[in-house]
Formats: sequence, C-alpha cells, structure tokens
Amino acid sequence: MELIKPDLGLLIWMLVSFSVVVFVLIKYAWKPILKALKDREHTIEKRLLAAKKAKEELARIEFGNEKITALAKIERDNLIKEAKEIKTKIIEEARHEAKMEARKIIEEARKSVEKEKADAINEIKNQISELSVIIAQKILKQELGNKETQKKLISKLIEEIDLN
Amino acid sequence: MIKRYLYSISFFLFFFIISFTVSGNEKMEEKNQLEENEHTKKSFNVGEFIFDHIADHYSWHIFTYKHKHVAIPLPIILYSQNKGWNIFLSSKLSHDPVYKGFKIDEEGKYKGKIIEVDSEGIFIDRPLDLSVTKNVAAILISSIILVVVFVSVAKTYKRRVDLPPKGLQSLLEPIIIFVRDDISKSSIGEKNYLKYTPYLLTIFFFILLNNLMGLIPIFPGGANITGNITVTLALALFTFIITTITGNKNYWKHIFNAPGIPWWLKAPLPLIPLIELVSIFIKPFVLMVRLFANISAGHIIALGFFSLIFIFGNMNSFAGFAVSPLSVMFTIFMSILELLVAFIQAYVFTFLSALYFSMAIEEHH
Repeated sequence: MELIKPDLGLLIWMLVSFSVVVFVLIKYAWKPILKALKDREHTIEKRLLAAKKAKEELARIEFGNEKITALAKIERDNLIKEAKEIKTKIIEEARHEAKMEARKIIEEARKSVEKEKADAINEIKNQISELSVIIAQKILKQELGNKETQKKLISKLIEEIDLN
Repeated sequence: MIKRYLYSISFFLFFFIISFTVSGNEKMEEKNQLEENEHTKKSFNVGEFIFDHIADHYSWHIFTYKHKHVAIPLPIILYSQNKGWNIFLSSKLSHDPVYKGFKIDEEGKYKGKIIEVDSEGIFIDRPLDLSVTKNVAAILISSIILVVVFVSVAKTYKRRVDLPPKGLQSLLEPIIIFVRDDISKSSIGEKNYLKYTPYLLTIFFFILLNNLMGLIPIFPGGANITGNITVTLALALFTFIITTITGNKNYWKHIFNAPGIPWWLKAPLPLIPLIELVSIFIKPFVLMVRLFANISAGHIIALGFFSLIFIFGNMNSFAGFAVSPLSVMFTIFMSILELLVAFIQAYVFTFLSALYFSMAIEEHH
C-alpha cells in the first residue's frame, strides 16, 4: 500500500519547512499577537473595573445625597413643628399674660375709681355740710334779723307743731 | 432529527455499497472486454482513479485536454551513489521516459517513484529522493501563506494597540482566542498554557489551512497534504518530541513506576511500565493515523461519488448522464461535510496535543 508508506524525501521537506514555519510564526506572529491580546484584555479589564468603581461611587454619592435630603426634610419638618408649637405656646402665653395684665389693670382701675368716688363723695359730703352750714347761717341770719320775722316764724312753727 | 440522520446514513451506505459492487463488476467486465477488443473502449478503474488523486506526484497536474496533460513542472532533486546530485524539472521525464538514467517506475515496489536504471532500463537502485513533489510544493505554498498572513496580522496588532480588531485580524482573532482559551488554557491549565500556545496555534492553523486547501480542486489547492501519512507523521513527531522534552519528573515516574499500582504488576515482570512505555508512542501514532485517515477517507468518498458518473457512463452513456446530477449532489454534500471535518480534525489534533502536553507537565498531587 503506497498510501500508508511514509516517504523519506517528503518527510525531510516537511520537517524542515514545518520547523521553519513554527520558528518564524512563534517569533514574529504568535508572541506579538498573544502579547497584544493579553495587553488588550488587561486594558479592557482595567477599564471595566474602573467603570464599575465609578458607578459604585456614583451610587454611593447618590445614596448619600438622598440620605442627606431625607434627613434635611425630617429636620425641616421637626423645625417647623417645633416652631409651630413655640408659636402657639408664645401666643397662648401672651394671651394669658395679657389677660392677667388686663384684669389687673382693670382691677386697679376699678379700685382707684372706687377710691376716687369715695373720696369725691366724702369731699362732696364735707363741702355739702359746710355749704349747708353756711347756707343755714346765712338763712338764719337773714330770717332772724328782725323781730317781726322772728315772731312770725315762731308762731308759724308753733302753729305747725300743733298739739295733736 | 435523529430519524433524518439515520436516513442520510442509510442512504449513504446504500450508495457506497453500490459503488463498490459496481466497480467490482466493472473490473471483471473490463477484463473480458479487454480480452475481446482492447482498442474500442478505454477502461476506467475507480481505485486507481481515486488513489491517483490522493497520491503524491512529481508534477502538479492541472487538467488533461485531448489526451494532453497540462501540468506545472516541479524540480526533481536526486542523489544516487553512482551519479551524485541530479536536479532537473519533472517535465523532462514526461517528454522521454528515461532521463539521465532516471525514470518513474510503473509497477512493483517503487511504483510511481523515481528509480535509477541502466542503459537497458534495468533497475539499479532507488536514489535519495528530495524532489519538490506536488505535496512538498503545496506545503511550501501553505507555509508561505501562513507566515505572510500571521506576520501581517501581528503587525496589525502592533499598529492598532488597544483598538478593536479590523479586517483579517478580526477574522482570525476569534480562532486564535478559541485555541488559546478553549484548547490550550482549558487542558494545560492557567500556569503553563502560554508556553505551549504558540506551537498549538501553529499546528492548528497549519492543519486547518492544508485541510481547506485540500478541498480546492485546482492549483494552488488540490494537494492531499493532511491526508498524507508522511505529513501527519511529521506533525505527530513534533508533538511527540515536545511532549518528551517537556515531560517532568512526575510524568516519567508515572510511566516507569506508576504510583497506586500493586508491585506485582511492576516487578518482576514490568507489565504496567511496558504498557505505559508503549503508550508514549501510541499517542502520537494515533494522532498521525486519525488525521491521515479522516482526511483521506473524506477525499476517497467524495471522489467515489464523483466516480459514479464514469462507472455508469462506462456501462451506458445514458446511465452516466442520469446518475451525474445525483453524483454531483453527493460530491457537493461531501465537500461541505469535509469543510466541517477540516475544522474538526484541526481542533482534535490540536486538542489532543494539548492534552498530551498537560499530561507531560502535570504536577504531583
């Protein structure tokens, strides 16, 4: 069988040419190609990692922002609530104080008015008594200045008294 | 799916058997006919036709037109002890059968090979034959193609650093990465795969290119390189040498003193070491035979289908015409199948080489 009989000449040619091919390809093709592939894979991996990191960072920042916003909101709400409470308290207090003050003032006013009134009444009483004395003096002076009138009066009084 | 598969296989077998029985009958009829009238009909021998196509030649035959062979002459390089070095073109031998005392033997032990004859045409010796035959020329052509293609691709890689692949580079890159990752790295392992990857890439692309070139019926293809036992022998030899040279202590220990095997299998009769020793040589031998047999078988079947036309044509020209569409269809189908086989066999040879390397450098565990 010629088909399965190796041929020496062909074998020598094959060994020589294939060795050359292996040598040349390894030196001038596979080494640079494999190196370039590896380098590129490294670069891609590095870039992917960097992208992933950046994304994570961004997510982190975003999350932080959200948290801060939420906190700020709560803070704001609290502040508003507190302020509202303080406001109502202040108003309430003011109202209360005002009421008290007003009452006090009114009380005082009433007291002074009463005092004034009493004083005035006393004054008026004194004056009235004085005046009445004066008037009575004057009247008496006038009435009892002459004997005629005195007699008339006495008689009148006696008449008036009447013994009944 | 499986059913369809079975159909096609049985169909195949049917035609295969027919083609052989027909050729058998044909031979007998031929003999009778030849005895009756030698000049009227030219005989057609399928076996000869096929083996002529897959065998090596001293010139690169392209076509035959009106009994004139058109072939590319190739240099014949011979060394004989009587005449020393002789270099001449193969076209000299096609003009006259004996040139400078050399001729292509027509029968016997050296059929188809150049032999040295004396003036009476009696066989003297077979000279050392370093001729650039069809296969050698095809090997040189494909070697040049490989070197040119991959060196230029390497240049592209150097030029386009960190850029996506382009052109030829993008066609070859997936295959290079496939060989590196799925053949080399997966079988040899992360630690050592880079040492072997360049060689594995070389054999993969060498086998693939020559498988594909073998499917092209005309120059510069058509030579049956990877279906030639000498070529696969050389390839297997490379794998064998690399395996043997890089084999570590653990590898040799497994061969001569395999651990975990009962002592009475190793001494006094070294049964296991003997088997292991033989297996060192069987591995590359299997590589050699597998590639050779697969590619040759593909060519033989494709040519066999093609021969159906001539077999039937020899019986009756109408039969020849009738069978030709079917025959062409089958030949096309076989060619497409061979396309697949070209990739598979390149893969298998490379993968098994990688496996052998991984066995050679396996660490003790």
